[in-house]
Amino acid sequence: MKQQRPTRRRNVKLEPPPAWRARAVLIGFAVFGVVLAGRAFDLQVVEHEFLAQEGEKRHLRTVEVPAVRGAIRDRNGEPLALSAPTESVWAVPSALLEAPEKLGPLARVLDMKTDDLRERLRAHASRQFLYLRRQLSPAEGRMVMAVEAPGVFLQREYKRYYPAGEAAAQLVGLTNIDGAGQEGLELALQARLDGQPGSRRVIKDRLGRVVDDIAEFAPPRAGQDIRLTVDLRLQYAAYRELKAAVERNRASSGMVVMVEPSSGDVLAMASYPSFNPNNRDALDPSGLRHRAVTDTFEPGSTIKPLIMARALDEGRIGPGSVIDTEGGVWRVSRDLTVRDFRDYGDVDLKRLLTKSSNVGAAKIGLELGPESVWQTYLDFGFGAETASGFPGERTGVLRDFYNWGRVETATAAYGYGVAVTGLQLAGAYAALANDGLAQSLKLVREQTQVLGSEPRQVVTPQAARTVRQKMSGVVSNEGTASRAALPGYSVAGKTGTVRKVGGSGYNRERHQSLFVGMTPLDNPRVVTVVVIDEPRGKDYYGGAVAAPVFARVMRDALRVMKVRPDQGGTLTADAAAADGERS
Amino acid sequence: MKSALLLAALLVVNLVAAVAVVGAKHESRSLRADLQSLRVERDELNTEWAQLQLEESAWANPDRIGRLASSKLEMSHPDEFIMLEAGQ
Repeated sequence: MKQQRPTRRRNVKLEPPPAWRARAVLIGFAVFGVVLAGRAFDLQVVEHEFLAQEGEKRHLRTVEVPAVRGAIRDRNGEPLALSAPTESVWAVPSALLEAPEKLGPLARVLDMKTDDLRERLRAHASRQFLYLRRQLSPAEGRMVMAVEAPGVFLQREYKRYYPAGEAAAQLVGLTNIDGAGQEGLELALQARLDGQPGSRRVIKDRLGRVVDDIAEFAPPRAGQDIRLTVDLRLQYAAYRELKAAVERNRASSGMVVMVEPSSGDVLAMASYPSFNPNNRDALDPSGLRHRAVTDTFEPGSTIKPLIMARALDEGRIGPGSVIDTEGGVWRVSRDLTVRDFRDYGDVDLKRLLTKSSNVGAAKIGLELGPESVWQTYLDFGFGAETASGFPGERTGVLRDFYNWGRVETATAAYGYGVAVTGLQLAGAYAALANDGLAQSLKLVREQTQVLGSEPRQVVTPQAARTVRQKMSGVVSNEGTASRAALPGYSVAGKTGTVRKVGGSGYNRERHQSLFVGMTPLDNPRVVTVVVIDEPRGKDYYGGAVAAPVFARVMRDALRVMKVRPDQGGTLTADAAAADGERS
Repeated sequence: MKSALLLAALLVVNLVAAVAVVGAKHESRSLRADLQSLRVERDELNTEWAQLQLEESAWANPDRIGRLASSKLEMSHPDEFIMLEAGQ
């Protein structure tokens, strides 16, 4: 080039170009211009819609990356609710219809009829997205892709599994179809369990395949795993025995609550009837409720130890007091005559509880007076929500003492006119078990204490210990709940048999059978509340219906918790025989 | 002469840069492929982990263990026991 240029310059003769050349160029430009304008018109106006659609299909997209929801685990890390990835199969109908030979094999792995599949694809042929099957297992998803049908894709979705099934169904709760908490702890802990979906920017081709990954915009943030205070082994035992007892007594429902007094941890909370959370199609709404927090009942005789502890504290009675039960029939006023099951004569405090004398309890209550009785119940946590945070929790009924006369005070002292939840009752007994120090009840293991849930000293340690001692007679052969006795362990407890309020006052036929107990006596490790609602068998007393449930659940619980027997030695044949009733 | 040299040098730099761009592009592509396959692997491992946990909780269900213990192994609750103190 460098050598040629000077030579050419020397040889060029300067002449004006012929005029036709300029004209030819101009005409050429004009033709091109017209063609270009025509094409532009064609693209921009005539085919605009079609092209815009096609462009859209090959467009830059932001796709959502689903985040996994946190798991709910028991205190030992066993899963109670777990999200597992599933594959949903979707298709671009027009693309799939172009390969009719693949329809047969595809229908087979999707468990559909070939004709049905073809019909559905034709019906939605204009769509770019059609779900063929949702929430398949990953292995089934791979089988679908192995068919290699065009225009068929998988989409990741998370499905919620509940390994504990019906045993913890109301406690753990449910999520809805979109994976948001709907019931139980799934609802209460929604904000923490829920993850933050991420997003990716990708280029997709006509068939919706990701061609290129441009950049990671935001990675998904998984939800938090949450540990409960519940021990799944105790939960299983509680539910199993509860279910058996409800069925055996032909009762309508029941609940079991177990609490660790020293920490306020709820170890198990079972409710029957229940439901299978892994099968949404057959949900029975009556099983959805967790009765231990949503149903209130009159605590009946189980309230007597609380009154007794406060009366000891205030010096109204002493540990050695003896009370005259007036021959078992005591006329408090024109409107109220308190009756015992039979005449127990003069009773000391232990015998009062062992025989569950209403007259004795009414006398202690009237000795304390309305305000003090009311204050006692308030201090033990009645009439207020617990700190559990469970959705739909009820506060129960504790009316103001201003309106209490002698009748109200006397009946409140043996547990009528007051309504509590199973959880509240467990909390009150946990305070007695923990030497009068009430820990707020917890369902979730937290590092930090919830505000306003500091432990409260409800009664003095001395009074709490005395009352526990007095409650030990209840499970003796003399007492109302000999069937709550546990081989090898000392037990303090109290029965209750409550008539339910019907359309016209208290109903003689409908009862609630209660038992609340704790063991071992000196330093109780577990407090258990058992409530069986409307037993229709021949037995309806708390000692016959609820107490055996307590014994069976506790035997498993004490072994699981490795609580050392405090009544040493070899067990007698009696215990073994009593145990034989089980089978 | 001087400008010719400069031109040659720039040409060489240009070439090197071009090759470097190709190399970087290639590397980014292979890293992206790695990322993609690792992501797939992570997903698969997560899936498997969830499946294994579910499977474990199904096998280790206390009710099932209790049933097997009493029916297959003929175990029963101890009705008689003696407490042995350590060091005695």
